[in-house]
Amino acid sequence: MLLIRTLEDRLGALCREGKAPMIAASTGQEAAALGVIDTLGPDDLLLTNHRSMSHLLSRGADPGRVLAEILGKRTGYCQGKASHLHLSIRELGIMLTSTVVGAELSLAPGIALGASMQDSSGIVACFFGDGGACEGVFHESLNLAALWELPILYACENNNWQAFVSVKEALPTARIADFAASYGIKSQSIDGTDLEAVREAAQAAQAYVRKERRPFLLETHCPRLRGHAVLDPMHYVDAEEQAAGWARDPLVALSQRLAQAGVLSDEARAQMQREVDLEVERAVAFAMESPYPGPEELLTDVFA
Amino acid sequence: MKTLTMLQAIEEAIFEEMARDPRVLTFGEGATVKWSQLRQAYGPKRVRTTPLSEGIIAGTAVGASAMGLRPVVDLLYAPFLTYAMEPLINSAGKQRYMSGGQFSFPLVVLVSTGVVPFYGAHHCHNLEAWFAHASGIKVVMPSSAAEAKGLLKSAIRDDNPVIFFHDIPLEHVPGQIPEGEHLIPIGKAAVVREGQSATVITYGRLVQTALEAAATLAEQGVSVEVIDLRTIKPLDEEAVLASVRKTGRLVVVHEASGTCGVGAELAAIVAGKAFSALKGPILRLTGPDTPVPASPPLANMFAPQAPQIIQAVQQLVG
Repeated sequence: MLLIRTLEDRLGALCREGKAPMIAASTGQEAAALGVIDTLGPDDLLLTNHRSMSHLLSRGADPGRVLAEILGKRTGYCQGKASHLHLSIRELGIMLTSTVVGAELSLAPGIALGASMQDSSGIVACFFGDGGACEGVFHESLNLAALWELPILYACENNNWQAFVSVKEALPTARIADFAASYGIKSQSIDGTDLEAVREAAQAAQAYVRKERRPFLLETHCPRLRGHAVLDPMHYVDAEEQAAGWARDPLVALSQRLAQAGVLSDEARAQMQREVDLEVERAVAFAMESPYPGPEELLTDVFA
Repeated sequence: MKTLTMLQAIEEAIFEEMARDPRVLTFGEGATVKWSQLRQAYGPKRVRTTPLSEGIIAGTAVGASAMGLRPVVDLLYAPFLTYAMEPLINSAGKQRYMSGGQFSFPLVVLVSTGVVPFYGAHHCHNLEAWFAHASGIKVVMPSSAAEAKGLLKSAIRDDNPVIFFHDIPLEHVPGQIPEGEHLIPIGKAAVVREGQSATVITYGRLVQTALEAAATLAEQGVSVEVIDLRTIKPLDEEAVLASVRKTGRLVVVHEASGTCGVGAELAAIVAGKAFSALKGPILRLTGPDTPVPASPPLANMFAPQAPQIIQAVQQLVG
C-alpha cells in the first residue's frame, strides 16, 4: 500500500513538472484493491479500469516497467503503446485496463467462459466503479454471468464520484450491491478502507466463486482522495467531504493499527518509507532512461 | 458438388470447423434453434443461446477469444451491431495494438445485411465501411453460398476479429458447393468474369447484378471484367489495380450509401496508383445517403440495378 501511495504521489509530482501524463490515481482505494487481490491465486485473471495502479502493483507488477509504460517507453509492459489508461500484463493475468467505463464488465463473462471451458480452476476478478455500474453493460454482464454460472468476482470500488458527477446524482441507491439480488447473485457491501475487513470479505467471496462457479458482487466503499485525475483541483467537492475522505485514509488506518498492535514502530515505518522511496526512485530512473518505441512500431501489432 | 442455400452453407462451415477445432464455439440470440444441428452435434457448452443483449454477446466473444477460444457469434441484423460496437471496436480492434501484441482476438461476428422490402431501416443497413474504417478488424462479404462457406471457414481460422456480412436476399438462394475441404482465403478478390474494355468492382449480392450487366454488354460487343472483392478489409489492391491497368475504365458498385463508402476508397486507390492507365472518370454507383426504405417500390430502387451499370459502362467506353 505504501508503494502504491508513494509511486502515485511521485507520478503526481512528475506530472506537475510536465514529465509524466496525468493519471487517475487510486489514492484512498489501495486497501480495497490489495485486500481483494491478495486473496487471488496465480491462475486467476483480472480486469480493471482507468484507476488501476493499485490493482497492477497489488498483483505484483514491476514498478519500473509500469512507470516505463506510463511514460510511453519501449520497456513498458505494452511496449509503450498503452500508457496508464490501457495497461495490460498478460503474464500476471491482467487482461485489460479499460478507460471506456464498463468495458471491463463487457469482457468479464467471456474471460470467465474461456477459463472454464479450458478447465482452468481460475476465477475472474473484475474491478469497476460506481461509474461502471451506471453503464447498461453492467446489467448485461451480471445477467449473463448469472445465467451461464460464470466464476466472476465483481469487485465494485464505490468511491462516490464518477468523473465530476456525484454518485448521489447518478444512482438511486447508495449500495450498488443491491442490484445483484435482481440477478440472483450474492453480494456484500463493506468499508473498503479497512484492509483486514476487505481481505476477510474477499477471502469468503473468492472461495464462494471458486467453489460454486457462480458470480459474486463485492462492493467496497472508499474515498477518491486525489479527484478524477491527479491535477484535479476538486473545487466541486465540499471541503467537508474532502476532509471526511482523508479521515478515512486506508494507509493511515493501517499504520495506526499496526502501531497500536506494537508491530510497527515509528522508526520501522520511517525505514519502510525510505526503502519504498528508493524503489520508486529506481523505477523512475529506469523509466526515464528507457528508450521510446521506434517509428516502425506505429504500424505493428494491428493484426495478429 | 451439392446444393445448399447460403444459410445452410454457413451452418455447414461452422459444423466442419467445430469438428476440426475444439476451441470453436457459437452463441447468439436463438442460436440453439437456428443452429439446431450444431447444438445436437456439439452440445450445450459449445452451442449456446443468449439473452437479447448484443452488447454482452459481442463483449463475451471478445473476452473468450482473448482466452484462446474461437467464438462465432450471430448478431442477426446489421443495425443491431450498433449495440455491439464498444467491445468490437475498442477491445477486439484495439487491444492487440494497445497491449503491444500480448493478445489476439480470433472471433467471427455473423450478421445479415442488405435491403429487403418491408424490413426497413432497423433490419437493413449496409455497415461494412464502418468496420473497414475502424482498426484491427477484417470485413468479409460473400456473394454466393459456396463463397460463404469457403470464406467463413477461413474467417474462423483467422487469428483476428472478422465481421462476416451476409446478404439477406441471398440467404435462401441455393448454390453449388464443392465437396470436401473448401477454403477461400481472406484478402483475395476474384475475377468472376474476364474482360478488356472496362472493370466493374462490387461484392455481395450485387456481383450477380454486375454479371447480368456484363452479359448484356457482351451482346453489344463491350467486354467487361467483373471483380468480386469478397473481402472489404484487407482489400485486394493488387487485383483491383491489375484489372484497371488492363481495361483503363472503372465502375464501382455497392448497395451501401456512397458517402465515405468502399467505393470512395477504391476510387482513391485507383486514382492514386493507376491514374495514367485511366481513360475516363471513375464512376460510383451506390445506394443513396438515406435510411433503407420499407415500401417495396422504394426498397427495390435502393441498390444500383443492372441497367444503371450498363449505362455507366457505356458512358465510359463512349
